[in-house]
Amino acid sequence: MKTAVEIAQDVQSGASTATAELEKAYAAINARNEELNVFLHLDVAGATAIAADVDARIARGEKVGPLAGVPIAIKDNLCQTGVPTTCSSKILDGWKPPYNATVIDRLVAAGAVPVGKTNLDEFAMGSSTENSAFGPTRNPLDPSRVPGGSSGGSAAAVAADMTSISLGSDTGGSIRQPAALCGLVGMKPTYGLVSRYGLIAFASSLDQIGPFSKTVLDSAVLLETIAGYDPMDSTSLNEPAPSLSAHVNDGVAGKRIGLVKELYEGADDSVVAAVMSACEALKEAGATIVELSIPELQLGLSAYYLIAPAEASSNLARFDGVRFGLRVDAEDVTAMMEATRTAGFGAEVKRRIMLGTYALSAGYFDAYYGQALKVRTLLINAFKKAYEQADLIIGATTPGVAFKFGEKTDNPMTMYLNDVFTIPTNLAGDPAVSVPFGKGEENLPIGVQLLGPGRSEAQLFAAARVLEIADGR
Amino acid sequence: MASSLTRDDVAKVARLARLTLSEQELELFTEQLGGILDHANDMSSLDLSDLAPTAHPFGLVNVFRDDVVKPSLDRDAVLEEAPDAREGRFAVPRILGEAP
Repeated sequence: MKTAVEIAQDVQSGASTATAELEKAYAAINARNEELNVFLHLDVAGATAIAADVDARIARGEKVGPLAGVPIAIKDNLCQTGVPTTCSSKILDGWKPPYNATVIDRLVAAGAVPVGKTNLDEFAMGSSTENSAFGPTRNPLDPSRVPGGSSGGSAAAVAADMTSISLGSDTGGSIRQPAALCGLVGMKPTYGLVSRYGLIAFASSLDQIGPFSKTVLDSAVLLETIAGYDPMDSTSLNEPAPSLSAHVNDGVAGKRIGLVKELYEGADDSVVAAVMSACEALKEAGATIVELSIPELQLGLSAYYLIAPAEASSNLARFDGVRFGLRVDAEDVTAMMEATRTAGFGAEVKRRIMLGTYALSAGYFDAYYGQALKVRTLLINAFKKAYEQADLIIGATTPGVAFKFGEKTDNPMTMYLNDVFTIPTNLAGDPAVSVPFGKGEENLPIGVQLLGPGRSEAQLFAAARVLEIADGR
Repeated sequence: MASSLTRDDVAKVARLARLTLSEQELELFTEQLGGILDHANDMSSLDLSDLAPTAHPFGLVNVFRDDVVKPSLDRDAVLEEAPDAREGRFAVPRILGEAP
């Protein structure tokens, strides 16, 4: 499988065409989609027209973007005009958005060809895609295991060589965790770097859209394409988009990398070993490793599992049978709303709506939601202090390799603990990248996580590239 | 704060959230939500009275734009996707307790 950068070069040079690349992508998808359940919907007509347009522009000698003719998979919580968008929920089954998410417009303007919508945990709530109303996605590397979640379909699309790149969203680890479990590069950017317009909201103060790819360079090019100010998102950072791909080979010479024990302790031995050998590789490339402890990070999980459900309970109030998707008829409007929501939402979504509603309710607000917001401040301050001693931070992405179906579904807390290393980044609004490094049990990939302060994407990609080279890629 | 989440609490929250729970779901959610709230006890013992709450990573401020009319979503395209729409509006079952 060629990388996105290679495909774009081939299409631009005339060695291939966007139409030919799209046909290859659909052939790969059709070969394994039934087995793996990666795509919920394929937009064949739309993609064919976009690819034909790219080819026509090239034939006319027009300038095409950096992703010219590159097929890309889109997580099904991103709106695309006229293309079914479900969030893997029955409550949106059949709904077709009347507008494009900003990221879709930017992809198409850069010449990319969105091929279809990928499976996720319902409303991005989960770490395995087992919460999808349309069945789980299987890990292409071992179909008896989960691909991670919530962006499991977008990770599986790239891992199965269906597309070279894909988009996911990360609220508590939903890009980095599946990237780790599927052996991919995945980044959660700085909050506000990528417009959330057209991303169906889960927890608005935590959600960010980001890239999946096989290589660091592809993720940098993709993030560069979708980043930048958008007046349609009031939380969008009003500053020029950073240059990322030009800095991928900057290296780590002279950088101080903080090895934070709270970001690997408790992980499987093979994962801890991978983090340690990643530190060695960074040291060999000229970085200094600084051992750090940030005990506040241990509070991240508790704060997250109050803040995210609280925001979700508010965001998901809009699914009431009035404006989009499912309606279950009843005698009056309140009964209709309750019947619609009861039939439309799955168990995990109901659990989080309930938790959030409780945390926000009179009498409990200060003790739960209020306290969680203060812990968020505590965490941000702790990160700031750590970044005085280190330029970047290193740790594990997940406690272990891809797990088997049903292994963590009995008790919600067991599943939530899979996000323990990824959650703090979202609470801080900072960027982090997961990069494959080494192998664990059953030769399954391990993800090493690099974290940085806000707007450090270029340094994170450069450090990830050092690990990519050290891992022989 | 020890979570003492009761079945009645869960039933009340379900009403607030406009969800109907079966007896079995009530039972299960009382236990599961209690477990999640128990995990949050590691925060409740901390004295954080000196800290300001963070609702947003970079401090959200109101963003204004010039008051200029711009195109927005097409009304018919939006209503097209609604479960029920009449005369250019979303249609819902009756809202008042008694028939008009």
